[in-house]
Amino acid sequence: MKQEFKIIANLIEKNTRVLDVGCGDGTLMAFLKNNKKIDIRGIEISKKKVQNCIGKGLTVIEGDAEKDLIQFPDHSFDYVILSQTLQAFLNPEQVISELLRVGKKAIVTIPNFGYWKVRLHLLIKGTMPVTRTLPEEWYNTPNLHMCTIKDFFNFCNNRKINLYKSIALKNLKSSEINNLNLTLKNLSAVLGIFLIEK
Amino acid sequence: MNNLETIKKIIVKKPLKLDCGKMINNFPVAYETYGVLNEKKDNAILVFHALTGDQFVSGINPLTQKNGWWSYAVGPEKAIDTNKYFVICCNVIGGCMGSYGPNYKDPETNKILSTAFPVITINDMVNAQYNILDFFKIDQLFCVTGGSMGGMQVLQFVNNFPNKAKIAVPIACTASHSAQNIAFNELGRQSIMADTNWMNGNYPNEKFNPDKGLAVARMVAHITYLSKNGLQEKFGRKLQERDDLKFGFDADFQIESYLRHQGSVFVDRFDANSYLYITRAMDYFDLIKQHSGNLSKAFLNSNTKFFIISFTSDWLYPTSENKDIVIALNAIGADVGFVEIECDKGHDSFLLNVPEFLSTLKNYINASYLKK
Repeated sequence: MKQEFKIIANLIEKNTRVLDVGCGDGTLMAFLKNNKKIDIRGIEISKKKVQNCIGKGLTVIEGDAEKDLIQFPDHSFDYVILSQTLQAFLNPEQVISELLRVGKKAIVTIPNFGYWKVRLHLLIKGTMPVTRTLPEEWYNTPNLHMCTIKDFFNFCNNRKINLYKSIALKNLKSSEINNLNLTLKNLSAVLGIFLIEK
Repeated sequence: MNNLETIKKIIVKKPLKLDCGKMINNFPVAYETYGVLNEKKDNAILVFHALTGDQFVSGINPLTQKNGWWSYAVGPEKAIDTNKYFVICCNVIGGCMGSYGPNYKDPETNKILSTAFPVITINDMVNAQYNILDFFKIDQLFCVTGGSMGGMQVLQFVNNFPNKAKIAVPIACTASHSAQNIAFNELGRQSIMADTNWMNGNYPNEKFNPDKGLAVARMVAHITYLSKNGLQEKFGRKLQERDDLKFGFDADFQIESYLRHQGSVFVDRFDANSYLYITRAMDYFDLIKQHSGNLSKAFLNSNTKFFIISFTSDWLYPTSENKDIVIALNAIGADVGFVEIECDKGHDSFLLNVPEFLSTLKNYINASYLKK
């Protein structure tokens, strides 16, 4: 399982109710269910992946996070997870507010557009960055709203969203982000992982 | 239908109060089973059939000599594997395959009931079938499933008996019959009743049956089970055994000939009065209204896990109506999975060889059985 999922799993307490938004093939769901006794549900837009999850005995509904989160009552989950998909939504602001309505807490991870290699790519080559975490070209990328760790940090602060925990991840190395090292982490991290609460 | 006497049936002694207010007792419920009930009695699956289905889910139907209506899904090593599970299916009351229905002969008067048969509902059908659990001494079913009207019965079953099924798989159905569906059913009923042979429903005592009316009802319904693309692809404007148009009203087009054939084979196996009663029961089905507008309440007391399946080209019971059930379940934190299967075969998709559907159904059922 990838390091990002391990960190997410560590942020979640045992015996809780969790919704995995964009759960993919259910890898994280299966881990949480089997190792942390989590009552876990998933929502996924791809039919193939939903069928995959069903075959693993996971409870998943086919749906679009931008339209279908509305059906879940307020605070009906202890945690709602959104892994590396925020940037693909038409309206990320709305999605974040839905995550925080449905979940008591939300865990959001974002590919960091402030990572130095991304910056250097644009600076040196003068073309839109293509990296391992952002492998698509500008014309076919599903990523509509790229942001940096600092952007997300500021976003939360401006909206009085509590940043419970902010973690910077590069390869297997993870470290906490705080106000003091924010600028540095914004340069060195590939991925940002945030535990937030409204 | 002269083999009706050899069909398996239970006689329900317990009185059942129907939604119309009438009490019935000592009535037959015909059934068929596949596979073996294990010692723990935890492998039973109750399948509910659709409008024109019957208890003969799989194998060869002894009355029609054709494959059972859900042969693609049910059988040894199929999606619902009868090597593993004990599959039960009952003929609904109102039906014409041995259960209490309009063609039932009242032993007291020795007369066929015809329209003296009471108007029944999906709720009545489910309550009548529940007796099969007692008969097999099954405390809890592993699964209840069915498509179309069978799916409606699944929803009603969980509503009526909240913890009598571990999992529920309603397929291509709705919680509330739509105006469009009522309209199509009405068309079918009017066509039967317009047939002079219908004789206000008393045709069983006469020489002729309202076959023409019933055939037209089936033709109309059959169109609603398919999709525009499916029809276009299969038939297009292809002509039936002729090189050119004949400038008459014979079946010039293959689609006409196909529908006529569907109508004519249907009348051999189905009773016109049953068609009236069962379509009426579907039209009356409104689980949302049963709970004053809040469908979630139907499932509030249940621990049953749900998996709901719809089909992209089904315009009779569209994905949106299936999703309403998912939404109602999610609103109360129920355990519910959902997938829409991509298929251009219309509402009938659930009856056909649609590999993606069948493998999804199989995976869900097997994973759920393991999980217990």
